[in-house]
Amino acid sequence: MAEADEIARPAPPAQPSGQAEPGPSQRDWAGALGPSAAPGADGQAEVGFMGSALYEKGKTVHNKRIDGPFRRFKWLVMLVTLTIYYVTPWIRWDRGPYAPDQAVLVDLAHRRFYMFDIEIWPHEFYFVAGLLIMAGIGLFLVTSAVGRAWCGYACPQTVWTDLFQHIDRLFDGDRNARIRLDKAPWTAAKIARRGAKWSVYLVISLLTGGAWILYFADAPTLARAFINGEAPPVAYATVAILTGTTFWLGGFMREQVCIYMCPWPRIQAAMLDEKSLIVTYKHWRGEPRGSLKKAAKNPGQYGDCIDCNLCVAVCPTGVDIRQGQQIGCITCALCIDACDKVMKEIGRPRGLIDYATLEQCKAEAAGAAPMPAWKALLRPRTLIYFTIWAGIGAGLLFALGTRSHTDLTVSPDRNPPYMLMKDGSVRNAYTLRLRNMEARPRQMEVALVGLADGAVMWTDGISRDQAAPRQILAVPANATRLVRAYVTVPPGTSAGAFAFRLTSLDEQRERDEAATTFTMPGSE
Amino acid sequence: MANKRIDAPTGTEFVGHEWDGIEELNTPLPRWWLWTFYATIIFSLIYVVLYPAWPLIDRATAGTLGWSSRGALAKELAAAEAARQGTFQQIAATPIEALPARPELMQAAIAGGAAAFKVNCVQCHGAGAAGYQEHGYPNLNDDDWIWGGTLPEIEYTITHGIRWEADEATRVNFMPAFAGVLDAGQVGAVARHVLSLSGKARPSPAGAQVFADNCAACHGAGGEGNPAMGAPALNDAIWLYGSSEAAVRQQILGPRHGVMPAWQGRLDPVTIKMLAAYVFSRGGGQQAPAASPATATSAAADTPARKANPDG
Repeated sequence: MAEADEIARPAPPAQPSGQAEPGPSQRDWAGALGPSAAPGADGQAEVGFMGSALYEKGKTVHNKRIDGPFRRFKWLVMLVTLTIYYVTPWIRWDRGPYAPDQAVLVDLAHRRFYMFDIEIWPHEFYFVAGLLIMAGIGLFLVTSAVGRAWCGYACPQTVWTDLFQHIDRLFDGDRNARIRLDKAPWTAAKIARRGAKWSVYLVISLLTGGAWILYFADAPTLARAFINGEAPPVAYATVAILTGTTFWLGGFMREQVCIYMCPWPRIQAAMLDEKSLIVTYKHWRGEPRGSLKKAAKNPGQYGDCIDCNLCVAVCPTGVDIRQGQQIGCITCALCIDACDKVMKEIGRPRGLIDYATLEQCKAEAAGAAPMPAWKALLRPRTLIYFTIWAGIGAGLLFALGTRSHTDLTVSPDRNPPYMLMKDGSVRNAYTLRLRNMEARPRQMEVALVGLADGAVMWTDGISRDQAAPRQILAVPANATRLVRAYVTVPPGTSAGAFAFRLTSLDEQRERDEAATTFTMPGSE
Repeated sequence: MANKRIDAPTGTEFVGHEWDGIEELNTPLPRWWLWTFYATIIFSLIYVVLYPAWPLIDRATAGTLGWSSRGALAKELAAAEAARQGTFQQIAATPIEALPARPELMQAAIAGGAAAFKVNCVQCHGAGAAGYQEHGYPNLNDDDWIWGGTLPEIEYTITHGIRWEADEATRVNFMPAFAGVLDAGQVGAVARHVLSLSGKARPSPAGAQVFADNCAACHGAGGEGNPAMGAPALNDAIWLYGSSEAAVRQQILGPRHGVMPAWQGRLDPVTIKMLAAYVFSRGGGQQAPAASPATATSAAADTPARKANPDG
């Protein structure tokens, strides 16, 4: 029983008294959101805790430490996401002498996007559009299957808030110690503690902002220039802004970002249905609440919930899940860990708070047996979303795998459309764009296809004496070469639709053809 | 606050407004929200003092920083101008025949010339530099050059103009009118002979004789023309005033003479050089070695004089 006593103690002024408690459960979102909520929130309503105040003071959430499968999963997600964020810019990737060796690089100045072996040019922006569509459908998929899992585990605001809350715990101790310290007067010791903690906040924020800019330039070079004060002003401005927002949003605003600022919870709430997994308190099993002592005195009178408030104490956004679904709940499942732990200690079955769908809740309340949560994942809606999502992904991969690294576009001169030469031949001028997407210079052959014999071409660089039906041009690595080409047909011949054919003169022999027309006098 | 009532389910105070039984709750703003709001008000007050803000009848209040969008534009234009200065000076220092050897400078010159062409030249030569045959404005895209198609020759033509009396060094020639000199039969014969040079009519001994007596001195025995004196070639497919027999006959009887203004004094030497590069690049430019050296040196000698006195 020692364990249970300790569990019952955490929130110092006991909850059931109904008096003004500085705890987080006061911000009573549930009632405002729907009649189904708040099975037990009746007596507290009389408390006019705000009066006619113009503003509501932000209340810091001091969440208690908890361990359990979901907490461990959250640790894992945090580790993976933060590692990806901080390490990615430093990964090197050899692309030869003509392209940067940074694995992931958004090179805005040269309009290239590198991601390992993939290189995206501006004209291939549809790949990015495809990724955005996948992200959108992925949101539908995840939300319809597991509700606000993004909010609970992977959202940067959640990850960084989690990180900062661990810093709080490291410096100030767990929940009760932090609450005490908050109320304590500003002594030298408290100032020192706060100063040290906020310094660590600032260092994390600086690293966060600092890592961001490394995605847009060569990381080692920029990092060195940044430290030496030689980086461009925009780098310092970006880091300053991101440091400020991380410090403020992660260190102080925290759950208020989710509740007041973020549109995601609203969008996601609209996409949930009765078959989506949400974190739920099974009130038909838990109510009426009563301590172990009361339950021992009156067997059969009380539900499984012993009203220990541990689920509230561990919540990073400070909601009371027992009041039902609410906008403050990011479904991080830490309350499930807390409640499972308590249920195990007092010998009752786990899952009083659990992932469940509204449909399951209804069935269980009516007496059906609990269903494993994963079964909720297999239903037409999620499968259809998954099929669309995977289809787009496969299409993008296919397009990526089969795209040519040689490309030709042609635009004929419109003014004048043709030119009569001294010897009676007719000349047309064209602007050719030879695109070499390989990271090495290549020789390419441009040939005329479909013009009468005697038709020849030359360029600004190749004089007319060397005019020929095909010309070889050097295209620099990783670049588009603009060439003005002149084509003549001999006197007396006629010409119309034809094409330029571009062939790369290497082992790939990639080929592209661009159709265009030859304008003759009188044919305009 | 006499009527202070609390909504039971939410614990929130009523505002006191009621519509058909639906009442409004007084939900307070979060404090950070309020402070952000106050911060924007303070920001706006500072902004009004520092920047143009209150619209007046013909302008806005100036603001203590003295910033204006027009001023910002002027500053950007000045910066762009300053950025161009380096290229301008390089082009000014490079003799025009040396431009093609420096591709990046040549490209800059062509781009600058294209812009200048749109302002100064399109009125006669057309936006595509294709000229207007019906008015005798020559096409600049082809490979037929009355006064020579090398870079120095084009530069000289633009600098001094053609038959432009105000310029002493202008390119000038006049073909005599043959009305009254030749009779109608001779005119017809020589017109057909001229057309026969490019295979458009049957040659005749009479026409050949008239041509040899009257025309070959300037246009050459085979009608190949003479760019040094501006005598057009007659043996090719390009006709400034038309290729019908009537048009040729008209030109023999009463020749038309086009006039092009001299641009020195109106345009600075660098712009003229860039215009020459642009015209040269339109596809018909001739290589410099073929040009007469006299023209090239005179054009080069011109450069410093014009630089010293840009107004005249």
